Amino acid sequence: MADLSIKIHDILFKNPVLTASGTCGFGKEIQDFVNLESLGGVVMKGTTLNPREGNSYPRMAETPSGMLNAVGLQNKGVDNFVRNIYPGIKDIDTHFIVNVNGSTIEEYIAVTERINELEKIPAIELNISCPNVKEGGMAFGVSCPAAEAVVKAVRKVYNKTLIVKLSPNITSITEIAKVCEAQGADSVSLINTLLGMAVDAEKRKPVLSTVTGGLSGPAVKPIALRMVWQVHNAVKIPIIGMGGIMNATDAIEFILAGASAVQIGTGIFKDPDIFEKTISGIESYLDRHKLHSISELIGKLQM
Amino acid sequence: MQQVAAFILLRNILHRIIFALKSVNMRKTVSDLLLIDNKQLNKDNFLLKLQSKTPLSDIFPGQFVNVEIKKATEIFLRRPFSIMDVDYENRTISLLVKILGRGSKVFTEYIPGELVSVIFPLGKPFTLPLPNDRILLIGGGSGVAPMLFLAKICGLKPEQVHMILGARSATDHVDISEYEGLANLYYATEDGSKGEKGFVTHHPLFTHQLESFDKIYTCGPDPMMKAVAKEAYKRKLFCEVSLENTMACGFGVCLCCVEDTKHGNLCVCTEGPVFNINDLKWQI
Repeated sequence: MADLSIKIHDILFKNPVLTASGTCGFGKEIQDFVNLESLGGVVMKGTTLNPREGNSYPRMAETPSGMLNAVGLQNKGVDNFVRNIYPGIKDIDTHFIVNVNGSTIEEYIAVTERINELEKIPAIELNISCPNVKEGGMAFGVSCPAAEAVVKAVRKVYNKTLIVKLSPNITSITEIAKVCEAQGADSVSLINTLLGMAVDAEKRKPVLSTVTGGLSGPAVKPIALRMVWQVHNAVKIPIIGMGGIMNATDAIEFILAGASAVQIGTGIFKDPDIFEKTISGIESYLDRHKLHSISELIGKLQM
Repeated sequence: MQQVAAFILLRNILHRIIFALKSVNMRKTVSDLLLIDNKQLNKDNFLLKLQSKTPLSDIFPGQFVNVEIKKATEIFLRRPFSIMDVDYENRTISLLVKILGRGSKVFTEYIPGELVSVIFPLGKPFTLPLPNDRILLIGGGSGVAPMLFLAKICGLKPEQVHMILGARSATDHVDISEYEGLANLYYATEDGSKGEKGFVTHHPLFTHQLESFDKIYTCGPDPMMKAVAKEAYKRKLFCEVSLENTMACGFGVCLCCVEDTKHGNLCVCTEGPVFNINDLKWQI
């Protein structure tokens, strides 16, 4: 049987399939369907310093081959995570990664410092790309100086694996990726959702309470693949690819384009068995192509 | 016949115990169920019966299923439908499906023999009444489904259960003759073609006897539920409503279907769809 394990910085993942932040809660919520220990890792719901109620309903619009969301980082804050969630997940045998958010650099630092104390959290995913919050969020991910400042500040207070989640809502994603690498990021994950909009023609109103929201699902896959490929050619740090992955073939495409691992998000809404199917599908792909290890495929797009 | 009655009785007692222990056996599953019957009830409503290969877990009134509409490839998300009936012996779940858009329309076009991917059971159910309660069930449109299910398994004598069903016109009412023995049934239609003329809240049972009920349950269009809730709230009566916010996942991870409640934004799919009106922020 082929070896599915991959390494990102100093973390060995048993396979390259992780949950995407904001789509699987803190892991426990999907346990009826998914054996968490079969996953490479769980990237948990975005966490902020203080509790957030998120945006008003309606927060979701179905779109061709995907959906828009405008949840706006609803979460109970980092204290609640440390006190009430962490004890329940720390003994589960997979890598739990906290998605860290903030409106200011100080908030990013404060959340990171709390997470740094937790022994069983080997990495954070620094979210500088949420399109659904008024302050901070994506603002840090769409300008090089802002990204530089936040990554630099967080790097100073965090000594474990630092993954930075990038926004696709930008002219050149490679520039931001290079800045993150230069400031000491150990990995970049991409893409977050694409800024979009839905209109109700009958009511002559926007569908979402926030007017705009983040597009995800198969609709964004070609853009995500292109960006993973571009970033792969621009930086040396490992890439975690995501955007519309619905099966093993999609995952392999991302790995060929340069991703060391992938995240699946929106796909679980349609198929809660998607993780199990994707992991076994990757295994059979490797067997069929007589490959011994998934690492042999990373970035091996034949030109 | 006696055996069947004893079985139902036993089942109801078990339900009460399980319900009292609150969601002990409510593991959600995703399975391919076999469509064994698809009956058109009137212009927009269909009764779809799905059969499981394996024994069904416990399912309660107010809970729902989330269905993948595979035949319409352009439809990305699943569609939620409330459960109208469960037959544990034959392992079937009945859904009342009202055509609201493309997704529900394609679902009603499925033919018996086809497999349907279903996630269930989802959501928190209605609070079961106490043995001596007198209850009022108010259903509007396809909202009659969980009301009928509740009438069937609530364990009360028919004289304790009163149900008002509302619709635009007589032809919009679905045939529920097989439920007739379970409750005192009353009808209201906006055009007066069946039962009282007007909304359910215009029915004399509602306007004159509301306070005689210990519990009021309602499911249907928002304006109807709000009108019911308003009167119940005024009289400080126990009242539960079932919400229908648009959802993506149905199992509490996407946080899209939230209702603004007195306890903050809560997911309708996991904290609801049934809410006590005292927990909502409805302007009533």
